[in-house]
Amino acid sequence: MKKVGDHNSISKKLFLSLALMLSISISSLAQEAAPAASATTAVVSQGGDPVKGKELFNTNCAACHKLDAKATGPALRGVGAKHDKAWIYKWVHNSNDLIKSGDADAVKLFNDNNKVPMTAFPALAEADIDNIIAYTMEEKAAAPAPVAGTVAGTNENAGGISNNVILGALALVMLILIVMLFLVNNVLRKVAAANGIVVAPKEPTIPIWKAFVRNQFLVLVTSIFLLLASGFFVYGYLMQIGVDQDYSPVQPIHYSHRIHAGSNGINCNYCHSAARVGKTAGIPSLNVCMNCHKNISEVSDTTSTAEYSKDFYDKEIQKLYKAVGWDKDNQKYTGVTQPVKWVRIHNLQSFVYFNHSQHVNVAGVECQTCHGPVQTYEIQKQFAPLTMKWCIDCHRKTEVKMEGNDYYTKIHEQLSKKYGVDKLTAAQMGGLECGKCHY
Amino acid sequence: MSSNKKYWKSVEELDGNSSIVEALKNNEFVEEIPTDEFLGNGGLLSSSSTSRRDFLKYVGFSTAAATLAACEGPVHMSIPYVVQPEQIIPGIADYYATTVFDGFDFANLLVKTREGRPIKIDNNTIEGAKFAANARVHASILSLYDSMRLKEPKIAGKNATWIDVDSKIKSSLADAKAKGGQVVLLTSTLASPSTEKLIAEFTSNNPNAKHVIYDAVSSSETLDAFETVYGERALVDYDFSKAAVIVSVGADFLGDWQGGNYDSGYAKGRIPQGPKGSQKISRHFQFEANMTLSGAAADKRVAMSTANQKQALVLIYNTVVGAAVPVILDAKLKAEVTKAALQLKAAGSAGVLVSGIQDKNAQLLVLAINQALASSSFSSIGTRQIRKGSNEKVAQLVKDMKAGSVHTLIMSGVNPAYSLPNSTDFVEGLKKVSLSASFSLREDETASLTTIAAAAPHYLESWGDVSITKGNYGLTQPTIRPLFNTKQFQDLLLSVNGFVGSYYDYLKSNFASNVSGSTWNQVLHDGVFVGEASSVSAGSADYTSAANALSQSKAVQNLELVLYTKTGLGDGQQANNPWLQEFPDPITRVSWDNYVTVSHADAKLLKLTNEIVANGGLDGSYATITTADGVKLENVPVIVQPGQAVGTVGLALGYGKKVALKEEMQVGVNGYSLYKGFNNVQSVSLTKVDGDHQFACVQGQKTLMGRGDIIKETTLEIFNTKDAEHWNEKPMVSLDHKEVEATAVDLWTSFDRSIGQHFNLSIDLNACTGCGSCVIACHAENNVPVVGKDEIRRSRDMHWLRIDRYYSSEETFAGDNERKENIAGLSSSLSTFNEMEHASDNPQVSFQPVMCQHCNHAPCETVCPVAATSHGRQGQNQMAYNRCVGTRYCANNCPYKVRRFNWFLYNNNSEFDFNMNDDLGRMVLNPDVAVRSRGVMEKCSMCIQKTQATILTAKNEGREVVDGEFQTACSSACTTGAMVFGDINDKESQVAKLVEDERMYHLLEHVGTKPNVIYHVKVRNT
Repeated sequence: MKKVGDHNSISKKLFLSLALMLSISISSLAQEAAPAASATTAVVSQGGDPVKGKELFNTNCAACHKLDAKATGPALRGVGAKHDKAWIYKWVHNSNDLIKSGDADAVKLFNDNNKVPMTAFPALAEADIDNIIAYTMEEKAAAPAPVAGTVAGTNENAGGISNNVILGALALVMLILIVMLFLVNNVLRKVAAANGIVVAPKEPTIPIWKAFVRNQFLVLVTSIFLLLASGFFVYGYLMQIGVDQDYSPVQPIHYSHRIHAGSNGINCNYCHSAARVGKTAGIPSLNVCMNCHKNISEVSDTTSTAEYSKDFYDKEIQKLYKAVGWDKDNQKYTGVTQPVKWVRIHNLQSFVYFNHSQHVNVAGVECQTCHGPVQTYEIQKQFAPLTMKWCIDCHRKTEVKMEGNDYYTKIHEQLSKKYGVDKLTAAQMGGLECGKCHY
Repeated sequence: MSSNKKYWKSVEELDGNSSIVEALKNNEFVEEIPTDEFLGNGGLLSSSSTSRRDFLKYVGFSTAAATLAACEGPVHMSIPYVVQPEQIIPGIADYYATTVFDGFDFANLLVKTREGRPIKIDNNTIEGAKFAANARVHASILSLYDSMRLKEPKIAGKNATWIDVDSKIKSSLADAKAKGGQVVLLTSTLASPSTEKLIAEFTSNNPNAKHVIYDAVSSSETLDAFETVYGERALVDYDFSKAAVIVSVGADFLGDWQGGNYDSGYAKGRIPQGPKGSQKISRHFQFEANMTLSGAAADKRVAMSTANQKQALVLIYNTVVGAAVPVILDAKLKAEVTKAALQLKAAGSAGVLVSGIQDKNAQLLVLAINQALASSSFSSIGTRQIRKGSNEKVAQLVKDMKAGSVHTLIMSGVNPAYSLPNSTDFVEGLKKVSLSASFSLREDETASLTTIAAAAPHYLESWGDVSITKGNYGLTQPTIRPLFNTKQFQDLLLSVNGFVGSYYDYLKSNFASNVSGSTWNQVLHDGVFVGEASSVSAGSADYTSAANALSQSKAVQNLELVLYTKTGLGDGQQANNPWLQEFPDPITRVSWDNYVTVSHADAKLLKLTNEIVANGGLDGSYATITTADGVKLENVPVIVQPGQAVGTVGLALGYGKKVALKEEMQVGVNGYSLYKGFNNVQSVSLTKVDGDHQFACVQGQKTLMGRGDIIKETTLEIFNTKDAEHWNEKPMVSLDHKEVEATAVDLWTSFDRSIGQHFNLSIDLNACTGCGSCVIACHAENNVPVVGKDEIRRSRDMHWLRIDRYYSSEETFAGDNERKENIAGLSSSLSTFNEMEHASDNPQVSFQPVMCQHCNHAPCETVCPVAATSHGRQGQNQMAYNRCVGTRYCANNCPYKVRRFNWFLYNNNSEFDFNMNDDLGRMVLNPDVAVRSRGVMEKCSMCIQKTQATILTAKNEGREVVDGEFQTACSSACTTGAMVFGDINDKESQVAKLVEDERMYHLLEHVGTKPNVIYHVKVRNT
């Protein structure tokens, strides 16, 4: 039976190809990122302990020196090879004396570094200095390959086979089934034709759309449904005009709250210091950035993500330097500044008065309540809808924090008696009056 | 059943033969509507390139495009500082204490700055800072942001650098030295110890140089008289708070007389004080020609010409000193003056006499009378230094210039080409000056003619020191970096003198010699330092011959023109300030104009009229003023002024400027052209000219019509002897055929306001002098727009706070009430009320500041269809602009007419080219208050932004609010004590006590609105 054999061969091929495809996808998942290259061991050992040295370096030297880049002082990697040990001891214990003594190396070093004298460390024992030298003589570790989706990506891959692959496979199976159905139908027809069975022709029926038009009840119900549905969508569209929730514009400098507030745990009020006292939280002026970035000219290797490389972040820091006029190489301000034009994300209308200090300082509301989990945002966005309903809802349910605030003592006692409650909400304090926010 | 009545559709139907009736039976309109004419023009229609379909396409497309464009939100930028100054926190105001003296006005100030830009002037309340800001000083903040300012120095009309200007002046000075030509520094009065020292150094370096002081509005005769007796040119700083009897002969001391700023001292004596039943206030007699603020406040005002005032002064001199100089005075006037003189004499040291007569003899008599009284209000210690100008020297300068003997002329703070009566002589002389320079804020009449137009900084951008009175030392400090490429006059002198450093360094180096007992930082912080004033001993003068000379002075032949300065514009320095132009004159209530004020009797003779026309605007005749010398001032609008002395007319100086002014501000006529010999009294004749002038007057209704419940007035006698119900009657209504207090009946349910703050604003009509500081302060605080003359004329003024002025139609308001009570029958009422619409020839005047009354039971709130106006627990009637749809129901239902509607967009609109139409002018806007858009209602918010800010400060500091912390813009600007604001739930607060006062009443109490603004009955000491 030629036909039968034919049929079988197709099914086999299909089955085989499906099996093949699945196996490929699984095997690809089995691959893993190569383990991070382990740090190479110290090549030069001059009788010091690099591990102790690292600790000492971080406590004593890191404020002004980096291993591989110039900061306030010069880069220290390989310093043991540049000077002899006795000279280094003297320099560290009191560089000023060395310079005064007219040591040529010392004077040159002093002049090369903007004539900023180095703090004397007479308390550092020679053994300690040996340890530090040992640490600085370690070879630079190769940068670890970025771990895919360390923070930004969720654990999509953790379960093994990803959802997309499963869905793809299922879709393929369905497709194959449809094709098979079609083939089976075809075969049956051929069989029927071969056996001389005549398939009765279909009776001509009314096209479905005509039937629909004739059924007036159905037309009525449908049009009512369509009207309501379109009304729903039009209303929904109109209500979102001017509501910019999730607005996350591209900023002139890619500033990551994830790194600053998340990884580094910097308090929001450090930069947005006006939030405690003023109407606006304030975008920090660039000199605030420079408090830290004077020393941090590049991100650490672990900061980069799959999406944003270390190189990318480092370039963003350079943008800051350009704006503030910081000459990194000479560790000086040039005086040429280019104020940054940030794109404002939270735009309240001019007829709304909002004061941060009322909410942050008086009420003690967490920044995240209105601004969302900022510490996880790589790109800042508008978390809250900033609609009046949103404000009012919060005022209705939020209890006024009056402990330790003498302003509230009397007024709370009287009002809570009036309303018969223990704790007053902002609404009961008058927080729903139009004039409290609109003037 | 059908009716037999016939209904007429129009009067035409009465005429049976009318063709119109027939035509209307068939057609809708009597005349053919010319549709065929239009449509029939086939040629034109078909030749048009735009078909009907095209038209619809365009409409559809542009609508769709506009809709789509509107969907995209704008992108806002935020640009933080690169290095943020430590003391600036965005959103928090900084205050700087400073002292201003611009040659005319002076005050101790606190300047509020936001994000580095000054936005509001407040009064410095530190001890020793006794000079408060008047309306003009409050408005001066806007002059800082004047777009017509001179932005860089110019030499011969071309932009130049300061280096060029310096070298040009230096070489000219050297040239003058070589040639022996005269060098003149022409300045306004400086009152600055450092600048005066600097000029002294300059004149000692340049022996051919001299310093001429020129006051646009002169007080030269008073200075001369004081110099004769006390040996120095100065003005007495009167203390009216110590006076029980005040007699003013032509001195508008509540206005600009000798610099003004006497309101707060005066008002202290005007609030009844003492044990109940024998409370006291001062008694104030005023003899004057024009109706002034002082005349309005007076207990007894007598209108008389300046000629009569001179006689009156002699008469008072006779009475007080016991002399017998012959006096020629009408018997009736004589009786009035004698009455005042006797009371003055009886008061002894508690009496004080002031006079504004510009005559040295008259001013000598003032000194004589006050000396004879040993008046405690009068002191020769701590004299005012704010006027030093000498008429003779200025006249001599003009002569010298015309003679060509002036080589170099350097001016600062003066505009003689505008303000000199003989300005043509000056301009002619200027051409003969080899080099002239003018340090000026604007390229004005003078600066546009001088060789060098030197751009000077505004006082809010400058350093300086001011000694307003002797012993009082104030520092002027910049509150913003100079907006333009400007340089102070002093810096030029320093560079010429060869001093290395700026004027700031010079000030600091001189500080020790000016102030002992304080430090630079302390004085800079306080703004003012009060030291010891050296006393001057009185010399003697021949008072008798002065009195004789005065009594023999001749009256003018024709009409007597009395020139004065208006509360709005003063000497005219700030003519390009829209706030001041739109500020209605307290007396006439006319804005955007000056005019000649004529008495009712004279107006009748000369056929000059004022009338309210159909659109509600005020129209007035034009007149031409001709002086005895034939100087003409043509087409001067006329205001018929109740209280104007018969035979006198008044005209304000400071108007009629044309150069460096926006077109809208070029209003009025230049009164300086008639200010011959710096004499404010001139002999003139008036002739009517054709045409009517359209005034922008905000108050058409002049009189109270006997409605004593709007302004309650009583006399001190009744106040002291009768119960409050007599002079502060509670309105009654009938309820169930029984008389009950009007406030007992209510449509609304009351809310409990006893918890938290409940704000009240108290206005004491006794202390209010109508000075208008509050009006301008409100403007600045609340971003109130300027609408322009045309809109004001249409009664579309936007002032949140107005000061109503009422005249009595009888001699007194009490007389009005009596007359109204005596009306019997309809015909009598019609005729009487008709007559009562006209003010008396010498009426009593009352001022009443009216703003939103913040009714607890507010009629406006009930009628708002969208609940845009609602009430807060704190008593404020709140207006949510974003909710308002502009039905104006609220304004129509407001019994106080205090709601203001934005008929147009007043910002960013070239139709209203005032400060809100340019970037510079918008810098003055208060960022805490929304700028309203077209189609919304607005009104006084009781400065809710300020009360909220005060509460927030207390919350942040974790404490309760202290009494006196709550302020509105008007209450903090009011230094007379007329306006007091505070929380009445704080029973110890000043305002809570004022609410309990017997004099307290509510405006239109019978309406039952329960306002949160309270007034106090005016008590006159007649």
